[in-house]
Amino acid sequence: MLNEATQKKIVELKNRFPGRKSAILPAMHVVLEEVGFYNRDILKQVAELLAVSEMEMAETLSFYTYFPKEGVGKYHVQVCTNVSCMLCGAEQLAKYLEEKLGIKAGQTTPDGFFTLTEVECLGSCGTAPVMQINQKYYENLTRAKVDEILAGLREGKEI
Amino acid sequence: MEKILFKHIDVPDQYQIDTYIRNGGYRALSKALKEHSPDELIEIVKKSGLRGRGGAGFPAGMKWGFVPKDSPKPRFLLCNADEGEPGTFKDRTLIENDPHQLIEGIIIAAYAIGAHRAFIYIRGEFYFGARRLEQAIRECYEKGYLGKNILGSGFDLDLSVYRGAGAYVCGEETSLMESIEGNRANPRLKPPFPASVGLYQNPTVINNVETLSNLSHIVLNGGDWYAGLGMPKSTGTKIFSLSGHVNKPGNYELPMGVTLRELIYEHGGGIKDGRKLKAVIPGGVSTPVLTADLIDVKMDFDSLYEAGSLLGSGATIVMDETTCMIKVAYRISKFFEHESCGKCVPCREGTRWIRQIMGRIENGKGREEDIELLRDICTNIAGKTVCPLADGAVVPITSTIEKFRDEYEYHIKHKKCMVDLGERFV
Repeated sequence: MLNEATQKKIVELKNRFPGRKSAILPAMHVVLEEVGFYNRDILKQVAELLAVSEMEMAETLSFYTYFPKEGVGKYHVQVCTNVSCMLCGAEQLAKYLEEKLGIKAGQTTPDGFFTLTEVECLGSCGTAPVMQINQKYYENLTRAKVDEILAGLREGKEI
Repeated sequence: MEKILFKHIDVPDQYQIDTYIRNGGYRALSKALKEHSPDELIEIVKKSGLRGRGGAGFPAGMKWGFVPKDSPKPRFLLCNADEGEPGTFKDRTLIENDPHQLIEGIIIAAYAIGAHRAFIYIRGEFYFGARRLEQAIRECYEKGYLGKNILGSGFDLDLSVYRGAGAYVCGEETSLMESIEGNRANPRLKPPFPASVGLYQNPTVINNVETLSNLSHIVLNGGDWYAGLGMPKSTGTKIFSLSGHVNKPGNYELPMGVTLRELIYEHGGGIKDGRKLKAVIPGGVSTPVLTADLIDVKMDFDSLYEAGSLLGSGATIVMDETTCMIKVAYRISKFFEHESCGKCVPCREGTRWIRQIMGRIENGKGREEDIELLRDICTNIAGKTVCPLADGAVVPITSTIEKFRDEYEYHIKHKKCMVDLGERFV
């Protein structure tokens, strides 16, 4: 469940927009930052805080892909494989990440540390290939850089 | 050529308001509020010939002019920072490195159309950019550039950042409005157009980041000055996002009408590893592919249209001789299937069907009749949907069939690619 500080941030969003439902996405960005995922209970709680129905929340959220559900790894590795990245080896990057993490795209490592997702264009095509881990971009990737980034995260280095 | 939008892009603290002001920032805002009426500003922008930089190239001043003068409803200004067209990464740089240039443009535009509330709708992935903008907006409130009675002019404006959540279709203006309203971002049927019925059913103008970033310079130097840059009907400069098989990928601000050759070879450092150029997508993946023989085409709205393509967002994706066009078209078809919002049947079903057929061709299971089938499906999608996403989905297929039909036939006959990218990830 959401702690008091998070709840306060969400309530503050409630009257900031001319429309009743406009606070849904901003509230979910708060949830993503504070909790890292959402589940049915969180959805219900946010709905109550914003005075929208649970159904309205679910209706809106099921349209968007940005908010991970419960079960996502501590580090959500999102690798772009769209055209510009593909031309610069993104397919091989995705394969390399699968090998390194021992999972397929769409899966989470058994220790709950990493989730790997193939995503659409991240808008960083001039520094391809690119991946996003949680909220941060990693650009101009090479095998050596991927090794370093993943090793750093395993050792608990902040990103 | 002297840069306009990128003049201070490499200044390390340009994102801070003091540095921005030191480099001439917010002089245009002061001039706009003190010396010009809103109608005069609309005239100046009309005179400048500035066309929307989001992709459609609609004249910005004309768009502003569509807002009904007599409506008692509140008006809204929206900045489209959803930058999602694959290949495009210019707005991200403008936002992260020079956020005040954008905000100054937003305040000028809001004043011109009489809006007292504005939003910057930024794609969710641009976390860093959103933080930069929020910080810049806070600085503006402190200095009196936002809020009540801006610079003593009597004009009020509230501006906030609204973060998207991973949907390409939100770059379409009516979807973007649905998204801010907290709905599923399905596009709306037009008319009515946003200028009369937009955000929360109120008159709304929506402009791209690059379009708005131009405004302070137009106000300071005049509409005639801007109209003298670039081409007669595509005025000013354009930021080209250059990606793919070039030695120096990146954003380049160049006059409208620069040739593709100059962009790739003089600025982009030529093709990687000395390979030969095969094809270019000049305006993001929804624009028709150009073959290498069109290397001297001018990069502006009208010249590219005459050459059979579009300037779009200026996202120039360069492909060398080892690129399999089927692979490229297949990857793009996956993108559009993923991003189709599902509202219109031709798009929802059509993008999936296209992806399935492209997938079987790419994977060596193509059938002889597939090329004609693809063309038939495309004909039945284009122009039959509420928003242009479906038209964009069709273009990469029809244009690669038209320009590289031999590769489709080879793929189907020999069950493999004609050429292979090889190992590109080092």
